[in-house]
Order: sequence, then C-alpha cells, then structure tokens
Amino acid sequence: MNGVVLLILTVGLGIIAWASTRMHALGFRRRSGSRTSSLPHHYGWYVALWTAVPPLIFLAIWAATSPALVTDMVLQAPAAVQLPPPGFERAAILSEARALAAGQAHGAFHALSRTLAPAYDAAQTRIDWIATAIVLLLALAGGAYAYLHVRPEFSARTRIERVVLGLLLGASLIAILTTAGIVASLLYEAGRFFSVVPVTDFLFGTHWSPQSIDPRNPGASLGAVPLFWGTFFIGAVIAMAVAIPFGLMSAIYLTQYAAPRARRIMKPVLEVLAGIPTVVYGYFAALTVAPAVRQFAVAIGIEWASSESALAAGLVMGVMIIPFVSSMADDSLAAVPNSMRDGSLAMGATPSETITRVMLPAALPGVVGGVLLAVSRAIGETMIVVMAASGVATLTANPFASTTTVTRQIVDLLTGEAEFDSPKTLAAFALGLTLFLITLLLNIVALNVVKRYRETYE
Amino acid sequence: MNTPKITARNVSVSYADKQAIHDISIDVDMDHVIAFIGPSGCGKSTFLRTLNRMNDTIPSARVSGDVRLDGQDIYAPEMDVVQLRARVGMVFQKPNPFPKSIYENVAYGPRIHGLATSRSEMDAIVERSLTRAGLWNEVKDRLSESGTALSGGQQQRLCIARAIAVDPEVILMDEPCSALDPIATARIEELIHDLRGRYAIAIVTHNMQQAARVSQRTAFFHLGTLVEYGKTSDIFTNPKEERTKDYITGRYG
Amino acid sequence: MNKPPSQPPAMGWNSPAMARRLRRRYAAERRFRRLGAAAVALSAAFLAFLLITMLAQGLRGFTETRVAMPVNLAAAELPIEPARLKGRGADLALAGAGLEDAVESAATTAFGPMGTDLLSPGAWIVVRDAIKADPGLLRRTDCFELPIASRYDVAAKGVGTPEAERVVAQLQARGVLSTGWDMGFLRDADATDPTRVGIWGAAKGSLLTMLVTLALAFPIGVLAALYLEEYAPKNRWTDMIEVSINNLAAVPSIIFGLLGLAVFLGSFGLPRSAPLVGGLTLALMTMPVIVIAGRNAIKAVPPSIRDAALAVGASRVQVIFHHVLPLALPGILTGTIIGMARALGETAPLLMIGMRAFIAAPPRGLTDPATVLPVQIFLWSDQVDRGFIEKTSAAIIVLLVFLLAMNGLAIYLRNRFETRW
Repeated sequence: MNGVVLLILTVGLGIIAWASTRMHALGFRRRSGSRTSSLPHHYGWYVALWTAVPPLIFLAIWAATSPALVTDMVLQAPAAVQLPPPGFERAAILSEARALAAGQAHGAFHALSRTLAPAYDAAQTRIDWIATAIVLLLALAGGAYAYLHVRPEFSARTRIERVVLGLLLGASLIAILTTAGIVASLLYEAGRFFSVVPVTDFLFGTHWSPQSIDPRNPGASLGAVPLFWGTFFIGAVIAMAVAIPFGLMSAIYLTQYAAPRARRIMKPVLEVLAGIPTVVYGYFAALTVAPAVRQFAVAIGIEWASSESALAAGLVMGVMIIPFVSSMADDSLAAVPNSMRDGSLAMGATPSETITRVMLPAALPGVVGGVLLAVSRAIGETMIVVMAASGVATLTANPFASTTTVTRQIVDLLTGEAEFDSPKTLAAFALGLTLFLITLLLNIVALNVVKRYRETYE
Repeated sequence: MNTPKITARNVSVSYADKQAIHDISIDVDMDHVIAFIGPSGCGKSTFLRTLNRMNDTIPSARVSGDVRLDGQDIYAPEMDVVQLRARVGMVFQKPNPFPKSIYENVAYGPRIHGLATSRSEMDAIVERSLTRAGLWNEVKDRLSESGTALSGGQQQRLCIARAIAVDPEVILMDEPCSALDPIATARIEELIHDLRGRYAIAIVTHNMQQAARVSQRTAFFHLGTLVEYGKTSDIFTNPKEERTKDYITGRYG
Repeated sequence: MNKPPSQPPAMGWNSPAMARRLRRRYAAERRFRRLGAAAVALSAAFLAFLLITMLAQGLRGFTETRVAMPVNLAAAELPIEPARLKGRGADLALAGAGLEDAVESAATTAFGPMGTDLLSPGAWIVVRDAIKADPGLLRRTDCFELPIASRYDVAAKGVGTPEAERVVAQLQARGVLSTGWDMGFLRDADATDPTRVGIWGAAKGSLLTMLVTLALAFPIGVLAALYLEEYAPKNRWTDMIEVSINNLAAVPSIIFGLLGLAVFLGSFGLPRSAPLVGGLTLALMTMPVIVIAGRNAIKAVPPSIRDAALAVGASRVQVIFHHVLPLALPGILTGTIIGMARALGETAPLLMIGMRAFIAAPPRGLTDPATVLPVQIFLWSDQVDRGFIEKTSAAIIVLLVFLLAMNGLAIYLRNRFETRW
C-alpha cells in the first residue's frame, strides 16, 4: 500500500465523516424543532476536518521520514553485514535493491542487491502496515472526538470559520515566504561565492571573463563593472531614450488631443505591445533590428560595428517599455486636477503651453516614479539581451559596440556544463543578488514617489 | 459711459442630448458688476463659461446664439480663442494656483502672451497685479514660495492677480468664495469693489447676500432659463416674478 | 478680427508684433500636436511591422513542399513478414527492414544523383505510415508525395540559395512539386531537422506548466487577497505582506528562476526540466499579480452589500463567500487571465530550471522532461539552418494566437461583467 492509496483512504474517511455527521445533525435538528447554533453542513465539516487533517499531517511527515526508516530496517537484516562501508558503492547497492523490490528494475549490477531486495520488500511492507494502522487510528480517534461534540448547542460554525481564517492568513504568508526564499537563497549562494571571491574584486573589478578563471585567483576575471555598465547603458540609457519620449508623447496625445474614438482604438493597440512575450521581441531584435543597425553603422563609416550591438537590444527594449511609460504618464496626467488645466486655458494659453508649462510640471513626480519603475523593468529584462546583445563584456559607451548585461551573464553562467559549486555558477547568484537589490531599491523609491504624488492631489 | 462690453443674445447650450440653458440674453458692462444667482444646476455657471468659450473644453457641449465682445462675435470662426481668453479672464470656484512659485503664477500669463520684454517689466507687472489683488503686502517677501502653500483666501486672491496680470477687459468669477471662510470672503468682496470700473465683472454666486453686497445688476436663473434681470436693488426689494420672490425669500434653492 | 473693437484694447492685441507672436505660438501648438500623433503612429507602426514580419515568415512554416515520385516497393523486396505489420512492432520492423534506404534509392532512380539529398529525412516515415495503412503497397509500385529537404523547401518558398533554387526550378519544370499543410508541425515535438519539427511537444509542456501554475496561484492569490482586504488588521505584519506582494510583482522574472533553481531543484530535489517545477516557479511569479487584481476587485464591492448581509445575521466568512467573492469574481478572473498570459509568454525563469533541453517527445506527465512554447521559440531561434527561421516564426504565431485568445477573453469578461456601483 503506497502513499497515494493512503491519501485516498484518508479523504474517503473524511467524506464519510462529513456525510454521516450531517445526517446526524439533520436528525437532531428536525427532532428538536428549534434552531441549532450551526447548520448541519457546518457540523459535517467540523467532524470531517477532525477526521482527515491529523492523518494528512502524519502522511506528510511520514513521506519525508519513511525511506530512512525502511533503510534502517534493511540494515538490520542478516545479509546487510556484507555491505561495503558507507560510500558511493554502498549507496548504489541500496538504491538498486530498492528499485528491484519496487519492481522498477529487473536486472541488477551488484549481486548483493539481489539478496537485499527481499529484505527491502519485507521492510517496506511492514512500514506500510504501520502507516495504515496509524492513519486509521488517527482518523477514528479524531472523528470520534469531534463526533461526540456534535450537539445542537455546540457552535461548529465558529470553529470552521477559525480554520478558514487560518487558511486565508496562511495564503497571504506565502508572499512573505517567497520573498524570504528569494533573499535567503540568493544570500546563501552569493555568500558562498564571496567566500571564494572578495566582494571588492566582484564589485569594482573591470575584467569579466568567466570562461578563463584562474583557480588561484578567481576574482581577477570576475569583476562585474563591465556588466553593470552594460546593463545601465542598454536598459537605462538607450531603452529610456526611446521609451520616455515615445511613451510620454503618446500619453499626452491620447489623453489631451485624440478624439474619444481614436483613443478607444489606439490605447489597446499600445497595450498589445506590452503583451507581446519578450522572447518574440528578442527574436525580432536578433533577426531584423540588429542586422539593420549594423548596416546603418557600416553605412556611416563604422566598419567594425558589432552585429550584437547595444543599440539593437536597447532600441527594441525601449519599444517594449513604451506602453509601460505611457500608462504611468497617463495616470499621472489624469491625477492633475482639471481646475489646473482650466486655469491655464482660461488665461489664454494654448493646449501645448498648458501641457508643457502646467500639467507636466505638476505631474512630474508621478512621471519620474513611472520612469524609475520602467528602468527597473528594463534592467531586469532578460530575453532581449540574451538573444540580441553580446556575451562578451566590454567597457564601452559606443552604442554600435557589443555590450553584455547582468541578466545575459546569469543565463550564460547557469547553462554551461559547470557543476553547481564552482565560482562560475555561484557568480550567477551574486549577480542575481545585485540585480534583486537594485530593482528592489528602484521599486521602493518609485512607489513612494508615486504614492506621495497621488496624495498631494487627493 | 455705458456701452456694453459683452452682449449675449439668445444663447442656448446643450451637453450631449441634454439642454442646459435656453435662450439667454444679457449684457455685461464696465460700470456695473453683474451677479448671476439661482439654485444649483440652474445653468448660471454654464452661461458664464460661454462668455470666454471655456465650454470648448467639454467635447459634448454645443453652443448656439450670439455672444459679442466689443461687437465682435466670439464664436465666429476667425475669433482666436487664445486672445479671447486673455481679454476675458476667469476666476474659478476652487482656488487653482499652479504648483509654481507665487511670482511664476502671476508671471505665467504675461509670459505666454509675451507682454513683458524684460525682467524689470515683468517684475512691475507682477507687483502691480498683486497690489491690485490686495495680496502684495502679504507676499512681497516670499514671492519664490509655492503658490499652493498660501491659505485658501490668499490662493484665491493669487488667482485673481494671475487673471489681471494679462490686463483683461472682463473678469468672470465662478462662485469665487464658495470654498472660503467668511473673513477671506469679505476680502474678496472688497477686492471686487476696488476692481469695478477698471474691468467689466460678472460673478456667479449662490449666496444672495453676497450678490446684494457686490453687484449692481442681478440676473436670476432657474432651470436653465433667465427668469429676471435688472438692478440688484430692484430684484431684491421688488421682484417682478413670483419665482424670484420665492427664491430670494428662501422658499427653495 | 472682422470688426474693429469699439474701444482700443489695453495691450494692443491687434498689433503686428502680437499677431506675429500668435502665429508662432500656433505653429508651436501644431508641431507639438503632430509630435504626439507621430509618437502614437510610430509605436503602432512598429507593432504592425513586427506582426507583419512574423506573419510573412511564419505562415510559410505551416506548409511543406512535396515532390511526387514513384517508389517501387516490390523491387526493393523488403525482408518483412506481413504479420509484423500489425500492432506495435510495425514501426520497428519496417525501419529494420531498410525502408529508409529503399525510399532513398527510389529517389535516386527518379531524379538521378541529386535525389540522394532531395528528400527530407522524414520522408520515409510518410511511406512507412502508408504501408501500415495498406500493406499491399509492399507488392507494387506507387506514386508518393514526399516532403523535400529543408534547403529545397525554403528555395521553393523563394528564400533559398541560388544552387537550391536551380534544382527547384528543374523540378518545377517537370511538374512534380506541390505544396501542402505540414500537419506534422502541429502533431510532433522538437527534432534536429526543420522539416520534421513540431510544436505539439512544447504546447503540451506549456499546458501542463500552466495547469500547475493555475492550480497553485489562483487559490492562494484569491485567499491572500481576501485576507488582506477583509481581515488584515493594520499592523506591521500586514504591512510586510503588502510590501512583499507589491515588490514581488516588480521583481525581474529571472530572479524567480534563480529561486526555483536553488530551492525547488537544489533543496527539494525535484526533477529538472519538469512542468511541475516550471509551474511552481511561475506560480510564485503570478501570485502577486492575482493578489493585486483580486484586492482591487474586492475593494470595488461596495460596503453597503457587506452591511446588508451582516445586518441579516451572516457571519464574516458567510459575507465573504456568499457575497463579496461572487461579486468580485469577474474582476479576479480578468486579473488571473492576464497573469496567466504573462506566465505563458515567460521564458527566462524556465531557462534557469533546465527547460531548455532538446526534448523530442511530448511530456506524458508533470515530472517528465519538457519544454514550453516560448523556450522552444528561443531554442529554434538559435539554429543556423535557414529552414528554422520560418518554423520559429510559425511557433511565434501559435504563441501569439494563444495570448490573443486569453487577452480577448479577459477583455470580454471585463466588459460583460463590469458592474458600476
């Protein structure tokens, strides 16, 4: 009998408990004629939970511990004395024996595993019987305890509602757990990285070539400054040079000038840009934009222009961010009170004068917050740079040269053949930690700016 | 001199399919402050906004009839809205200073219209406007502070200063005191007195005592029509129409 | 200004200088307005350009070029007993009997030396499937329409090398070429040859991954949203939850991939490349989106409804599950679909947990190695073979159709059920 069967058994017992308790409650409700403190299905749920939850908790613990118990029992068997001392071979024999006993394998490499297989089989059977007994015991004890409580004046509903509240609270704690998980895993792996490579080498070193790490001095080729620069250059300079003017002017045109009909059509069109998967942008950047940028560069006399230029990746990333900037600017402009616009128009200002001299300055904090969020999104963007930017780290401000980014390097570092513990792999987590901290900072600052801006006009 | 500055004839306004005001004819002249009174929703603000074409900012608004400023049709195609609004200034219900310094708030209009050629000329315009709005003495030492940091009454006087900085011929006031406390209201009312004669002034108010205090002519609106129009003293002491009498004696409103 | 004003304006509005200035200001106004229109138009033009490029390349990827040729199976004398053609062993039996060589030599007979590399590596499989359907074919000569190799296929579609185009021109002159739908593209999984690849393997991987994501993110997201809106006391814990959720929604997706790699693969020891792990990772990413959408939808339910229910003696839980949740559900569903659409298009975190392997069979379960549509696009985009360009674009079209359908559904839900209180 394996875990799935026990699980089904437990749920089945729960359903039986629910149905029988509900019948019982319906019965005493009809007999007494008066109101009970809870509805019959509340009593049903109360007993069902008492029946099913303890065995479920037991099964969860059991799933984690029973393999070790089985192995312990096998080691007590007479044949186990022939086992080699703990090590790779011993583990291999044990796992073969387990596979034979479970019927997953038919042949074995080690002769000993064949002799151990019956022992495994016996131990597994015994363990399964013990588990079944405990599940039944827990379910019956819990169910009986709860069933005895079921009386007309007993308020099952409040108990059930307390469980529901716990469930809601638990669900919202997942968010904290996720954040904690991210921080812990990044910190742990990055900590291991920094125990090999000094923090200063990583943060201030200007040479990045993880392909040729010197084992005695790994820090010398793991200086991340070129990556930070490339990320900033592509995400915060080139992409924003596209996204800010286009996003801002689109928002201004759509909110202040366009006829309602045009706005109804064009706003969703811009939103489609935001819905296109990044891998599609990356493919487009690599296939169409990058060659065009290179041709342009050659045409203006830059013969050495890279076909994996920062400009191509940055341009496409900028287009991807346009709808984001546009919707943030849209919100900020909408938050400026109409009286402000009317005040300016009533002075005889033209609409463009009103927008550039009154509305935009008033909306500036909101727009700046939106741009910060956009930057945070651009520097965390991965697929466009993986597909269109270069893997070679160079410290250059020439948009036609090849540049690499933090996200691109994380992907490159983690998809090679290196084992999990090498400085090369761990460097990806150090980069991830840096990226996480920078985007976190940008988001917190931006959200605060936006929030304070909203409050000024409320 | 009693030539009307603005003559409105048979003005009607509708929003989408709903008619807001019907067939209104009124004059605004230099010597008399005219007050528009009436219960809320009677169309008095809508009418005021037709006089400088602020209704243009509401896409569904349709205006018919004839409004002339110094005899020029302001709804004629060749009429320039930008110039019109410079000549017909407006003060709104809620003080709406721009989020700029006090100085920049006043200088905004002259700057966009190019009325000053030098810094000293601009300084003079700002000082003159603030003085006329009765605010100069209170703010002359803190001209670079934000206009939004002033008190409500000061903000509204700043908005009046802003309006008169472009030297308009007409000033329209849309319930300018409804967001202010009684002391600030009194200051604004004094100011309206001082400005009379220099500018043609039309004021919308729901406060009948205020209309009686500041105006010489009163127009009573009800349900989008002009019920009665005449000397303020006549309207308040001897109304011809039953509806006017009911309103000013507080029967409804 | 048709009539002169009855009294001169104070500032000389009609002076030539003022008129000049006004002209300049209106010119600036027009420029500004055109700039805005241009920004919108250029953004839309980029979208159109992108979609048209993908369509132009991608639609070719759904078709294949076939060559009609006689195959004399009787002469080939394949050593095979008819009994083995029934049941499961048939594929193996035909492959073992040398059917592939027989088809290739038939091509050489029909077209001379160039016949050897004319056919797609998958051409003999068409013959194999035909034999399985009709074993009588083994005893006669029949004419087959077989897919041709990728380099000639792209040449027939007009984008090949000059040399390949010459061959194709010859064949066209003989009238043996035809074009048809590449059904295998919608039925098969990844392969090494562009004429044999299919999208179904990746689509199935996406489906399984999305199932896991939905099963986790939706209930957890909705319950968390209910807690935060209906129960959460104002304290430091609640603030921490709020800050966490808002920031998680903005954390770069690749960070979730690192989390999945370190925790699900590293600590929990779950299998690499599996839809289970992909779904778990994407669920963590999607949950904040659902929580935020859910909270907004719950907030939009007016307090009067809650008061009315409380006033007839409903408990808090009853108010929530009988009134608030049903009323907020359309909004929550809209947010969920948008979050799921984002997860469906997500690539980077899945690369981190190993879903980029070459996988030639559709996954059969949640723990089988699998890939997903966007990763498949990424993998094909890296191939040098010209034939992969159109397959990549075709896969993009498939992905975009899915996303469009999901977003369309979200918009429909929003319009259909949006209630103004």
